[in-house]
Amino acid sequence: MKLFPEAQCLICHEKIIPVIGWTEIFSEEKELIICSICKNKFERVEGEKCKLCSRPFQFLEENFRRGDLCYDCERWEEDIEWHGYLHANHSIFLYNDFFKEVMANYKFRGDYVLAKIFANCVKGFLKRIQSDLLVPIPLSDERLYERGFNQAEALIVESGFTPAKPLTRIHLEKQSKKSRSERIHIPQVFQINSQVEIIGKEILLIDDIYTTGSTLRHAAKLLKESGAERVQSLTLAR
Amino acid sequence: MRFYIKDKYLVPHLGEGSLPISKIQTIPQPPLNPDFSFNPDLQLLLTGKQLILDDLPFPHDEIQKHYENGYVTYRKGMEYNRSQPTCSRCGNNKENWFAQFPCSRCGEICHYCRKCLMMGRISACTPLLGWNGPAPEQPLPKTILEWKGRLSEGQQAASNQVVHAVESNKELLVWAVCGAGKTEVLFEGTESALTARKRVCIATPRTDVVLELTPRLKAAFPGITVASLYGGSEDRHLYAPLTIATTHQLLRFYHAFDTVILDEVDAFPYTVEESLQYAAVQARKPESAMIYLTATPNEKWQRECRTGKRAFTTIPARFHRHPLPVPHFTWCGNWQKQLKKEKLPANILHWVKERLKNKKQALLFFPHIGLMEKFLPILRQLTPNIEAVHAEDPDRKEKVQKMRNKEIPLLLTTTILERGVTFSNIDVAVIGAEDNIFAESALVQIAGRAGRSKDYPKGVVTFFHYGKTEEMIKARKQITAMNQEGTRRGLLDS
Repeated sequence: MKLFPEAQCLICHEKIIPVIGWTEIFSEEKELIICSICKNKFERVEGEKCKLCSRPFQFLEENFRRGDLCYDCERWEEDIEWHGYLHANHSIFLYNDFFKEVMANYKFRGDYVLAKIFANCVKGFLKRIQSDLLVPIPLSDERLYERGFNQAEALIVESGFTPAKPLTRIHLEKQSKKSRSERIHIPQVFQINSQVEIIGKEILLIDDIYTTGSTLRHAAKLLKESGAERVQSLTLAR
Repeated sequence: MRFYIKDKYLVPHLGEGSLPISKIQTIPQPPLNPDFSFNPDLQLLLTGKQLILDDLPFPHDEIQKHYENGYVTYRKGMEYNRSQPTCSRCGNNKENWFAQFPCSRCGEICHYCRKCLMMGRISACTPLLGWNGPAPEQPLPKTILEWKGRLSEGQQAASNQVVHAVESNKELLVWAVCGAGKTEVLFEGTESALTARKRVCIATPRTDVVLELTPRLKAAFPGITVASLYGGSEDRHLYAPLTIATTHQLLRFYHAFDTVILDEVDAFPYTVEESLQYAAVQARKPESAMIYLTATPNEKWQRECRTGKRAFTTIPARFHRHPLPVPHFTWCGNWQKQLKKEKLPANILHWVKERLKNKKQALLFFPHIGLMEKFLPILRQLTPNIEAVHAEDPDRKEKVQKMRNKEIPLLLTTTILERGVTFSNIDVAVIGAEDNIFAESALVQIAGRAGRSKDYPKGVVTFFHYGKTEEMIKARKQITAMNQEGTRRGLLDS
């Protein structure tokens, strides 16, 4: 075994030069997987944010803010059809250009190993957020076959937790090609898998990105209507 | 994907007795059924290729039918030597370039290659598809080559050798000095191959070169379909007798070409070169010709040429029959130390002032961006319209164009402009030629930027250094040796 093995950054493939100090020598050896340059390109969701969807207020124009909610969430919550289903969404990173690029490699090119980059911070959030079931947003069977893996499920697994799968998904055209209004008004794409007990359970949905919140709200609505006690969600980016 | 062996062929299947394709020992190939009517679109798409199912706009059932009738081949996307995987498409076998994932296609923990991931994921259960049926018919025009130019004596000699190598399926290195006119040397060889209904590929590491070569070859061979391939190009699925591609795109080909011409074999560091060489070897047919083009073969190749282990031909003179400018070595002291005090060595400053005074444009090469950026403000005190470029510069193209239009007197650059660019009348200087980024080949290429045009065949090349290096001496030796050979063979006028 090499004392300080030469690691390669999972994102830029450059060699990682470890910082060696007393702490590194005496503390438990942590595997280095990305270099500090790449690490610093990720931005955390910080500061004041929408209490429902975690949208940071920092970049939001004043007229899109309604007290401690953002305008989008207010619209969702005003709608009796959608009111109160999603208790809260937590997000870790800002959806910046760098994140987009990494996500494209992870999700569309299928570079599964990139899930490890996020494992530590996902783990932190999963420990903090109270829940009985960790539910990844499912892919349809066709999409799952095409991608080879479910990117949301991989985040749970690589963080050392076990996913529950009370939901299945009907195959439709790709979400990312639709507008907001189309995404809100689509019929329910999820179905309940009755093999998993959800009545009275606190559920944490996991997905990669919160865009309009439509996917998560559709899932949350179905789960609540099927007896779940409370539904929250965690996404990598917002 | 999982398959099981039924009778004498593979059938995609998930259940018991099935295996991911890489775990099947030998993949049976059903014999060609002459009565089967194959899909000609699939034939055009798959001939000479190695593609994955996701690359093809046909349902798997149809592809499976073609396999069962012997028209399509399945190969393993990944080969295992004990437990060590090798990617069949890109040749990667380095452990740190593989990862694994729980795969929904085979239901197992599946290795995948991260090296060529950009071209679609190859995993241990991915079949690589190829074509085993007849090749598409190619109608030939009456005259194939319609180029009206004339080759120089040196070009003609090399061209004859290329034709010979193409006809006899041999390997040949064309060692042609910068500005020799390499492209024209390929015309007769290409014509001879196309006439014999052979498939030709010209591969180069850089997209710019593909874009530059394509119109020239289309003009020279107007009756021939030319496929131009680079990341994101539209010709991706075009079957053509003449293909111009970035070396990277060769990864999608398998046993496709009777003649492969590999341009600028030395342009990348050895490790990158290795995988591109693998791509070139995969793309050529087992029985085929391979022509290597370069102005600066590496040391190993040069040695092989000298000892007779490698067939080669040289074009030692430029098409305009003037000798290559020989670099001057000028000691400039500890220039980096002076730079810290925001000063330049007097001889460098003098060199620059002379150029500005005589209105002669010049390129200044630097070993690193940081040093170049320290230089820039000092030189701008002489005249404000001096520019600097480097690889990540978003305005790179505009600045090069400004230089071409003679709008700026001086362009500072890192090694990115060492090859492939031509300015008609310039002098060239290297600042800090002792830096180890300036290998022999880089220095020969840099010196090759001067004196390119027939109207201005002379140019001054100066290597400012803080201690001569082996590489500088070898570069100068290579240039003088070429000039001597040019004189000896009567290819130079002066």
